[in-house]
Amino acid sequence: MRSLALTAGIDIGAGTTKSVVMEDGTRVVAKASLRTGPNPEKAGAEALAEVLRVAGLTRADLAYVASTGYGRYQMVGRDMQITEITCHGRGARFLFPATHCVLDIGAQSSRAMRIDGNGRVVKFKMNDRCAAGAGRFLERVSKALEVQVADLGEISLRSTDPTTISSICAVLAESEIINHVTEGRKVEDIVMGAHLSIADRIIALLRQVGVEDEVTLTGGLAGNVGMVKALESRLGRRINVALESTFAGAYGAAVLGRVRLQKRSAGA
Amino acid sequence: MHVAGVDVGSTATKAIVMDGNRRVVGKACGSTGASVVGAANRMFQEALKEAGLEEWEIEFVVGTGYGRYKVPFGHAQVTEISCHARGANFLFPHTRTLVDIGGQDTKAIAVGERGDIRDFCMNDKCAAGTGRFLEACATVLGLTLDEIGDVSMRSSKPLRITNVCTVFVESEIVSHLAKGEKIEDILRGVHNAIAGRSVALLRRVGIEPEVTFTGGVSRNLGMVASLKERLQCEINVSPMSQYMGALGAALFAIERAENIPPGERKIEAAVAEARGGEEPGAHGGH
Repeated sequence: MRSLALTAGIDIGAGTTKSVVMEDGTRVVAKASLRTGPNPEKAGAEALAEVLRVAGLTRADLAYVASTGYGRYQMVGRDMQITEITCHGRGARFLFPATHCVLDIGAQSSRAMRIDGNGRVVKFKMNDRCAAGAGRFLERVSKALEVQVADLGEISLRSTDPTTISSICAVLAESEIINHVTEGRKVEDIVMGAHLSIADRIIALLRQVGVEDEVTLTGGLAGNVGMVKALESRLGRRINVALESTFAGAYGAAVLGRVRLQKRSAGA
Repeated sequence: MHVAGVDVGSTATKAIVMDGNRRVVGKACGSTGASVVGAANRMFQEALKEAGLEEWEIEFVVGTGYGRYKVPFGHAQVTEISCHARGANFLFPHTRTLVDIGGQDTKAIAVGERGDIRDFCMNDKCAAGTGRFLEACATVLGLTLDEIGDVSMRSSKPLRITNVCTVFVESEIVSHLAKGEKIEDILRGVHNAIAGRSVALLRRVGIEPEVTFTGGVSRNLGMVASLKERLQCEINVSPMSQYMGALGAALFAIERAENIPPGERKIEAAVAEARGGEEPGAHGGH
């Protein structure tokens, strides 16, 4: 019989759904991710089933399931839903304990947060009104340039003279990019320009909450090396990023689930 | 005497050839593409052909359009805001408020009695509420830009489009389709959303009758209907609405031409320059 509580965090994002099972809120047992698609409820259920399969567990083994992300209310069988802001703060802290600022760049929204020593969010700013500065912007870029989204980061690293993308709007930037191609600009320079444009948007948000070391990048774009480079060059400082950074929201949910459990048992 | 006005828009380029009696004798419209000057020249030539004239017979050409980019075409350039106001004043002399919805921007202009600009504001920062927005919606629905206005008119139960960003609206439309909503109801919602944004822009300059609707999107009957409904008043539109900028430019060209000594009216040099063939200093006349 297990003595340590198993908690799950399910982060149903606009692009990808991430799930994690943690032991005692400190050790990752298993994680999984899949495309959210048009049905967040289905995505949440599948992500939970998948992470349980990977961990060799059943739903009955889980003491707590916390959901987060834009589809958090669609998670069937959840014990609680928590905002992605709170979860990314906790998740970033879990990955990098000295984090004070978190940049979360998702498919359809981006956020900058400042967190205290406990991973609590002190201040945050977000843009979820438009695709500028979010992953969807890069999707448009990849379409305009006819390259895979997954390759954009690597391509951008080859850039020696980044092209300035002056349009903020993703749709207008697409036309601008086509003009840059016509003018003979290199694909890698345009792609780096697009990453820098996203970096500028999110850094504007970060400045509003106050820049403080260490800065941790989370969300889907944390998996993009070009994004990391663009942010570091614009910020003039290193930022934390790990292989699991895209799971930060799910990690945070699982950690907070564990906190709830402890409070519950303390109250009982 | 003949003059021309050429309006290079972000999406379409329009040219008008006008005689001394301010009658339009030739017009042309085509997509701008990557080369601004190339499109200007192409449409100018087409309009000349329709008028049965040659370049040397045109005394003055005014170029306009393309937001912040200046179009290096013709003898003089006038901003598209001035040109639209001038054109609207010519076709609808009682115009006091002008809404111009183009391919990539939307403008609200308060117009004086003589076609002068009293105030204006614009959205050229994002595609929301512009022709590009409509185009994106049409594409998602598998329709063309020319079809969506008519389709939207069949709606009996318009949907509310909640997003502003074009990219997000695309997803919103996909999810409406997935729920089995009717295309015409979605489209009516799209047109209403643009009308709402346009009217918000118009309020910033003040809405005074008459209201005239110009720009490429004014060809869309669904858009006209949505704007009327939102404004609760009639609006002026004409088949020439898309040419309003070029028309205004041609009217400015007449005024300029009338003030120029005949010896200095030369077009060849300007056209050659626009084609990139000659030095800018090679203009005719001394």
